[in-house]
Amino acid sequence: MELFDNLLLGLSTALQFNNLLYCLIGVVIGTAIGVLPGIGPIPTVALLLPFTFGLPPESALIMLAGIFYGAQYGGSTTAILVNVPGETSSVVTCLDGHAMARQGRAGPALAIAAVSSFFAGTVATVVIALLSLPLAALALKFTAVEYFSLLVLGLLAAVILAHGSVSKSLAMVFLGLLLGTIGIDVNSGAARMTFGIPALSDGLDFVPVAMGMFGLAEIIANLERNEVRQVVSQKLRDLVPTRADLKAAFPAMVRGTAIGSALGVLPGGGAALPPFTAYALEKKIARDPQRFGKGAIEGVAGPEAANNAGAQTSFIPLLTLGIPANALMALMIGALMMQGIQPGPQVMTEQPALVWGVIASMWTGNLMLLIINLPLVGLWVSMLKIPYRLLFPAIVLFCCIGTYGISNSVFNVWLMLGCAMLGYFFIKVGVEPAPLLLGLVLGPQLEENFRRAMQLADGDPSVFLTRPISAVLLAVVAVLLLAMLSPAVLRKRTQALAE
Amino acid sequence: MAACARNPKDFFAGVIYIAVGLVAVWIGRDYATGTGSRMGPGYFPAVLGWLLAAFGVLSVLRSFVQDGSPIGTVAWKGLALVAGSTVLFGLLLESAGLIPALLALILVSAAASRMFRFEIRAAAGLVALLAFCALVFVKGLGVPMALLGSWFTG
Repeated sequence: MELFDNLLLGLSTALQFNNLLYCLIGVVIGTAIGVLPGIGPIPTVALLLPFTFGLPPESALIMLAGIFYGAQYGGSTTAILVNVPGETSSVVTCLDGHAMARQGRAGPALAIAAVSSFFAGTVATVVIALLSLPLAALALKFTAVEYFSLLVLGLLAAVILAHGSVSKSLAMVFLGLLLGTIGIDVNSGAARMTFGIPALSDGLDFVPVAMGMFGLAEIIANLERNEVRQVVSQKLRDLVPTRADLKAAFPAMVRGTAIGSALGVLPGGGAALPPFTAYALEKKIARDPQRFGKGAIEGVAGPEAANNAGAQTSFIPLLTLGIPANALMALMIGALMMQGIQPGPQVMTEQPALVWGVIASMWTGNLMLLIINLPLVGLWVSMLKIPYRLLFPAIVLFCCIGTYGISNSVFNVWLMLGCAMLGYFFIKVGVEPAPLLLGLVLGPQLEENFRRAMQLADGDPSVFLTRPISAVLLAVVAVLLLAMLSPAVLRKRTQALAE
Repeated sequence: MAACARNPKDFFAGVIYIAVGLVAVWIGRDYATGTGSRMGPGYFPAVLGWLLAAFGVLSVLRSFVQDGSPIGTVAWKGLALVAGSTVLFGLLLESAGLIPALLALILVSAAASRMFRFEIRAAAGLVALLAFCALVFVKGLGVPMALLGSWFTG
């Protein structure tokens, strides 16, 4: 019954007028940036982060979370109507969603995408509520030893699930961890690699790093591509899907939700993995795989359910363990820390209204999104008519003002610019920057826990193997590493990520 | 050297890793490493620096063995203009104020597009954007930025 009490507490928080308002602001912004290709939730959340400082913690998190899952809805609209993914998570929706639109069935495709997302969002909210309590209870038993092992597992998972070669992603994690050591060492008070710059003594602020690497660098890379955008223009009648459509889509919706919920929890899962896996599964079990790519409704329902479920369950490691599952959750950690809340398992017991309020708001948010997206779809379509050449200077501008606003210092603008150059370089050499950001955010925690564990064990590293939870976690790490070295698994992974 | 690499992407990524790793080790050469039970501030950066450099060497070596795709053309114009607009913003913000800094930023970055030209719609967008920033960020959210800086107000 504790679950009901918690959910009630959550609902009473989420239904407060100002929280409903921030939720609405979040999902509207989320839908907007989701619809627009070329700007994703990471720079948006990074941009709004400094301005959530004055809000109560629950309002801030509710709004930022709304941006994230709202973007999953918006992304599919663009995918279906323009055949350009609004977000990475909606890449596969292009295949069958756009095919349906070309057959004059844009209405049902949009409706099924929204309904699938809503269904998945509702189920995922329950999954989060069910899983959070036992996980948080387990996490309270953790000492520095277990935390270190868990962080290692999280970072490694981020490497495995990132695109590109494992060794390069691993190097990106090391680079991120190294950048994370910049600043004053908490144990000794010694300034490390600050180059005598006072602004660096608190460490590299990750907001300018994220904005540079994911915002500005993306813009520079986008400018190389030709802008071709053709909106399928048809009267969006028949938004209500037929009974046959629903019947065909429902099993795919359920399977997609299950896949998305499971993959979302994995650290490093990212936005692309759940929908791709769901699509591959639908194609595999379909009686007639030939239909896929030609407007199969399951090919819309499954991936759309998966990406929304995954987006939401990726909050589980953050809320229960204080560990971000992806780069966006790393920004959420930043939001918590700005509010003076140290992320970790104690947040669940110390701030129940915050945690359950955010969980409950996901459901109210999903309900709002259903309404925002279906009847108002015409509004979002008209947004697509804004050409990128008018849009990107505004994004550059928001990045600049946002980084300046964090601490009102021009230094952050220079830092963002440097990271943009680095980020553009990494785009060019085909390395994903997300593991770097995760390393940067987790680095201080990793070092702190490692040093504390070693101090407790008198410098004996075997402590990581003699404590059972830690040993299990490290065993998983070892198995994953060995599996990565095996050529058969490597080939499978390349296939899975390339599909 | 780079010309004979069969996978230029891996080659350059590796070079960066080696450079950053070694620079970190070199900067941190004076930090106390301490002992296993009481680690000094230099322990972690040194380990990470060497690890990063090692992976860089791996990447460079592999670039001579495995084939890969070329890096492709670099959009120098876009790169320079977007970077330049950010630099102008940083330089102008605290001296000339928000409005001139944003004007410079928008005009310079907009020039990065291949289809940059003057049109009424874009000009209207520019004015709307300036008004939006002044209202939302300065008035609404209270970011301490002067609309017009010391250059104008003396």
